[in-house]
Amino acid sequence: MYEGAVQELIDELGRLPGIGPKSAQRIAFHILEADPQDMVRLAQAISVVKERVKYCTICFNVSESETCTLCRDERRSDEIICVVEESKDVVAIERSRAFSGRYHVLGGAINPINGIGPEQLHVRELIARLGDERITEIILATDPNLEGEATATYLVRTLRPLGIKISRLASGLPVGGDLEYADEVTLARAIEGRRNTAPSAPAAPLVRTPLPATEPTSSS
Amino acid sequence: MYISHVSLTDFRSYAQADVELGPGTNVLVGPNGVGKTNIVEAIGYLATLSSHRVTNDAPLLRFGTDRALVRARVQRAKLVTSLEVEITAGKANRARINRANPVRARDILGIVRTVLFAPEDLALVKGDPSNRRRFLDDLLVILRPGEAATRGDYERVLKQRNALLKSARNGGKLSTAHESTLDVWDTHLARAGARVLRGRLEVLRLLSPYLGAAYASLADANKEAHAYYQATISPDFESEAAENKALDTEEVSRIAPAALLHAGTAEIEDMFLEALLNTREKELERGITLVGPHRDDVLLTLGTAPAKGYASHGETWSLALALRLAAYKVMGEDDPRPGAGPILILDDVFAELDATRRTRLATIVAGADQVIVTAAVASDVPAELGGTFLKVSPGAVKS
Repeated sequence: MYEGAVQELIDELGRLPGIGPKSAQRIAFHILEADPQDMVRLAQAISVVKERVKYCTICFNVSESETCTLCRDERRSDEIICVVEESKDVVAIERSRAFSGRYHVLGGAINPINGIGPEQLHVRELIARLGDERITEIILATDPNLEGEATATYLVRTLRPLGIKISRLASGLPVGGDLEYADEVTLARAIEGRRNTAPSAPAAPLVRTPLPATEPTSSS
Repeated sequence: MYISHVSLTDFRSYAQADVELGPGTNVLVGPNGVGKTNIVEAIGYLATLSSHRVTNDAPLLRFGTDRALVRARVQRAKLVTSLEVEITAGKANRARINRANPVRARDILGIVRTVLFAPEDLALVKGDPSNRRRFLDDLLVILRPGEAATRGDYERVLKQRNALLKSARNGGKLSTAHESTLDVWDTHLARAGARVLRGRLEVLRLLSPYLGAAYASLADANKEAHAYYQATISPDFESEAAENKALDTEEVSRIAPAALLHAGTAEIEDMFLEALLNTREKELERGITLVGPHRDDVLLTLGTAPAKGYASHGETWSLALALRLAAYKVMGEDDPRPGAGPILILDDVFAELDATRRTRLATIVAGADQVIVTAAVASDVPAELGGTFLKVSPGAVKS
């Protein structure tokens, strides 16, 4: 145990995700020894982010104003909504530049062990948005793990009566990878979800490149 | 296949041990506690990456060390493969095949196949249902390595669903949100569970003919041995159905309904969903999932009586051995290439059997590519088995 302020700082840092007691101690001493101006800037960045950044009232992405830049962008299509778990998923999909519709951030996935059900997510707000007649398709882009799949199943069940087209991101092989390195589950999914390459195949959908599958739900 | 050389470093009681083995029968003889079982445990570990005696790896390391090494040379027809597994406390194990760069330990699964008979097998007959479920699940993974993930997927859905049931119970009443999410978990549970069930039923179907034959050849044939899968999702399931009752054909068809035996995954999924719907009220009361492969059992019978509770010690042993022998036959049938037959390991088995059964077991296993036997007393091992005797003394093995 250290005295007063140092220990307090270590305790606070230790509460951050992915930081254990040892790392917290290392960061605390780095802060102690670092240039005071740099550290003031860090402190400011933290307080400013808490003051200024809120969630977009339409899509619940992080935003500095009432609505986020993506929701205000008039060049984007209003016809398709891509439903993701977190704001960082929006960034990931935006990097692909393969999608030009709107987003909806749920704020997580259904996870009873952590006490998260549909009422803790922005599902009600999603249903409200679907009252807009311009919307023709919803893409479910939740994570391809158990909780993400369960959330997708829940949304399909809830949204199906609305009669809007619902699609789910493809799971399969990462682009540029080797077939032999794919694990059994991903490979099985890729075979299940194989595409017809005959000339009569429908034109490529709006999402052209399947996102690289994250580590799938299983291991022995 | 056979193992021609095993080398242990800091494994169990051995700081270092090298054992030369040959095809056919090898008998490891030595007094209690010198480390005979440790050697066969290491061979079993190469085949399954788990010990037949303990559920975690920590006790496998020699006391006070943090790393054990098991090396072996495997001969399969003309092909020689050298294997090396490093067991590290609290870290992922690493393996090497033919001294190449390390790979994930599970990549070596399937190179060595063993069937291990041990005194612990009595639990297959007398123990709780989890022993019998594990027996089927383990065999399934050996036959279809791709199914290794199925069981884990099911367990994960089950945990989430149980958490939801518990929170619904604590909340006092079932909200519509609870109800609709429960529907979602039901579909996922049924989908994952149907695969687990289909796999187990398939394994049991393969085992059944061999089980009857193996029991008949081990014990006196006046009682027939059978195994029936008791599925909790089956509409007629009652937990007490099999107890204290003679099993006539009608009773048996209720316990193991033909509809389930021949059902495809999709049909099982439907049955599963229906069972979940029927038990939902009870599940909400108890806050736990009451039907599904995690609560199933295999009913073993001798003649018309259930083996558990009715069989004698000798009958129980014979039935447990018959289950292992059936597994051996199924594995042999799965890969019939010459030199691919699994290695049979008989750990301290003969001491438990009478002279007639010893001789019968010896005759049955004599045809295996390799048999490794451990015995405290050499005279317990029937002469019919023949083979090479190796003397095990603390920390050393000599022929």
